[in-house]
Amino acid sequence: MSEHTKTGTQNAVDVLRKFLPVAVFAILVIISSFLSQNFLTSPNIFNLLRQNSATTIVSLGMLMVILTGGIDLSVGSLAAFSSVLFATLIDTRGNDPVPLGLALAFTLACSLAFGALTGYLVAFQRMAPFVVTLASMTAARGVAYMISHAKTIPIANELVNIFNKRSFQGVPYSVLLALIIFVLVALLLKYTCYGRFIQAIGSNETAVRLSGIRTSYYTMSVYMVSAVMCTFGGIIESRTGVGDARVCQGLELDAIAACVIGGASLSGGKGAAVNTLMGVLILGLIGNIMALMKVAPYPQQVIKGLIIIAAVLLQGRDKKR
Amino acid sequence: MVTEVCRLTMRGIKKSFAGVKALRGVDFSLRPGEIHALVGENGAGKSTLMKILSGAYSLDSGEITIDGQPVTISSPRAGKELGIGTVYQEIELVDDLTIAENIYLDRLGQYGLVHWRKIFSEAEKFMRGLGFDIDVRQRVMDVSVAYKQVVEIAKVLSAQAKILILDEPTAVLTPRETDKLFATMRSLRDTGVSIVYISHRMDEVFAVADSITTMRDGEVTGGGPIGDFNVDRVVELMIGRKLSTMYPARNVTRGSEMLRVENLSGDVFRNVSFSLHKGEILGLFGLVGSGRTEIARAIFGEDGHSAGRLFVDGREINPCSPYQGLKAGISLVPENRKEQGLVLDMPIKHNMTMSNITSVSDRLGVVNRKRENALAQSLADKLTVKTDNIDNPVDSLSGGNQQKVVFAKWLNTGSRIVILDEPTRGVDVGAKVEIYNLMNQLVADGVAILMISSELNEILGMCDRTLVIDKGAIKGELTRTEMSEAGIMRLVVGGQA
Repeated sequence: MSEHTKTGTQNAVDVLRKFLPVAVFAILVIISSFLSQNFLTSPNIFNLLRQNSATTIVSLGMLMVILTGGIDLSVGSLAAFSSVLFATLIDTRGNDPVPLGLALAFTLACSLAFGALTGYLVAFQRMAPFVVTLASMTAARGVAYMISHAKTIPIANELVNIFNKRSFQGVPYSVLLALIIFVLVALLLKYTCYGRFIQAIGSNETAVRLSGIRTSYYTMSVYMVSAVMCTFGGIIESRTGVGDARVCQGLELDAIAACVIGGASLSGGKGAAVNTLMGVLILGLIGNIMALMKVAPYPQQVIKGLIIIAAVLLQGRDKKR
Repeated sequence: MVTEVCRLTMRGIKKSFAGVKALRGVDFSLRPGEIHALVGENGAGKSTLMKILSGAYSLDSGEITIDGQPVTISSPRAGKELGIGTVYQEIELVDDLTIAENIYLDRLGQYGLVHWRKIFSEAEKFMRGLGFDIDVRQRVMDVSVAYKQVVEIAKVLSAQAKILILDEPTAVLTPRETDKLFATMRSLRDTGVSIVYISHRMDEVFAVADSITTMRDGEVTGGGPIGDFNVDRVVELMIGRKLSTMYPARNVTRGSEMLRVENLSGDVFRNVSFSLHKGEILGLFGLVGSGRTEIARAIFGEDGHSAGRLFVDGREINPCSPYQGLKAGISLVPENRKEQGLVLDMPIKHNMTMSNITSVSDRLGVVNRKRENALAQSLADKLTVKTDNIDNPVDSLSGGNQQKVVFAKWLNTGSRIVILDEPTRGVDVGAKVEIYNLMNQLVADGVAILMISSELNEILGMCDRTLVIDKGAIKGELTRTEMSEAGIMRLVVGGQA
């Protein structure tokens, strides 16, 4: 139908809107490089990336949950839980430490079980994701304190410290891991049936279910994916060389903010991996440049809040509301 | 001829939605104190016209006068102030409040306080004036659908409406309640209220209306005093052709049994038994709320059933989800395509391949885009989906073309048993005929179709056999030779006695 063919300018506007977070990020980089001479130096850039690799990984898991129309408030707590569980398992002070691979597998399995329980309650018991993950957020943090007795657990394992502190050809390993996960999630969302279905579920779950698709399994699975991402995030956050139940406070809010700045709709169905990555980097960059310019921490938070609102305003109104 | 001031005139009304012309210059007028039937098929533009009158939609061009005064109706509130009241098909009451509160919802009292005594006594008086003796202190959720409808009408009338629009008010009423409603309508007419009466039921139109206007494809096709018309003439004006050419003939012999339902019972239906054969279209006729949709959903696995058995090709199945229903070879085209049939913001092609994504993906679950494009394009061509690009969101299509996409989705699964729930609701006449042709083709290919419909003409025109359902029970079965409008309605009415 001719009424629906779009003009060239409309198309350009659509494309711009789609990749707006990329444009915003590019503009911020340019502005920042003028604001501070230290900004565009490789130590600073890698520092910025390293600081945000855990957030990137967790945000990508969050994106998958948000695409189905859900939300996962438990990510920060699960990351802390993973951090202390992993550190305890490889702790060399007391008994024999568990082999590294086994410790990682066990931590992942525990995290997966947490995610599976959350996902089960959301998908099969039809409980509100906000409520369920609010509960698991509280519980997981509690378990983390119980395991660690509220103390930090030093990590003496050579490999872990190499992973957290060294780099490969100049790129920190944690950044490399975040990059790999980003590419995987982007491909998953764009090219696979799985990615298509979780987005479709966020748009219209009833229609997908009535198409003969087992939507509950898909919905449950995204909480498990998110939990796995939390384990990676938590271990990366142990980069100071200790497992700690206090890490990743408020990570859930950063992850949600990153998704939203990246244009994801909290009512589901809309969002992209690349834009979520931009969301993380925009947030990180603002913090970075303000630190370089010696803005005090509390005003920093105010400015961050304003930028989240501005980013969402720029993307226009959510059609669904 | 006596020149008399019209209560309402609408002249040259035009309205488009996203480039699709819904009204192409419609003239419509109402005299004071008449019941005016407005008839037309789904998608003819009746509802759009009435929504413009009530202020729910704005018009693109045209003019409206009320009692000779030109008016602009910019919002539902403005419409209300001009004395236009609408009762929609869907009931829009607050379930948790009492009947009285619902009637006086926008004027419960003063200073933010509810004047309980006053609203209860006035509501009671008002309902009695309409001929309904009912406890207005009951919560709306506790009364029957028919009474909800009456409460809707009372709510509208209590706002001093002088033009009352009733959009299929009898769809959920029993014959006795319908008679009562008609009596109310007549007494309202005699007090000078002008009533627009939208209905699909010809017998009711001829029983209650004083005059009639017919619409088709956004245009008025005829109108005048009801005495100048008969049913055949009205139907012809509605569908733009003789009834006999609307429903293409087919010549298929009935084959073996494919689906057998034995004593199926659920929340709103009980002891439903029938069998569906290869190569036939079995009609399931019932009114809204009769349990017809729930039966279909139970067979497909979306809803559970409390008792009874299902057999496909003689093998018992017990589907607990649409996934299992589909695996058993059953497809369901649901009644509400926007909410249940399609993911509106997803591309046409993705909707088409959704139910059988494995047909275009590899073992790792990666979609093969080339194969998907080819498949979706061939489905779009086969079903003549009118679009210039199958990458467009399905939202960009008209109702009839959207419905074809739902059909394409199921065609791609190769199901042998297809349940259609109101397959032509909100579809224009041209697309309707295409859908009927497609159904004939499916049946010729050996598919068995169960078609749920509340349009009698459709049932009469398309089905080999018809089951009539009322209040969750099958009231009877009519073969092709026994099927007639009167015969079917007799079974429905018989259930009320």
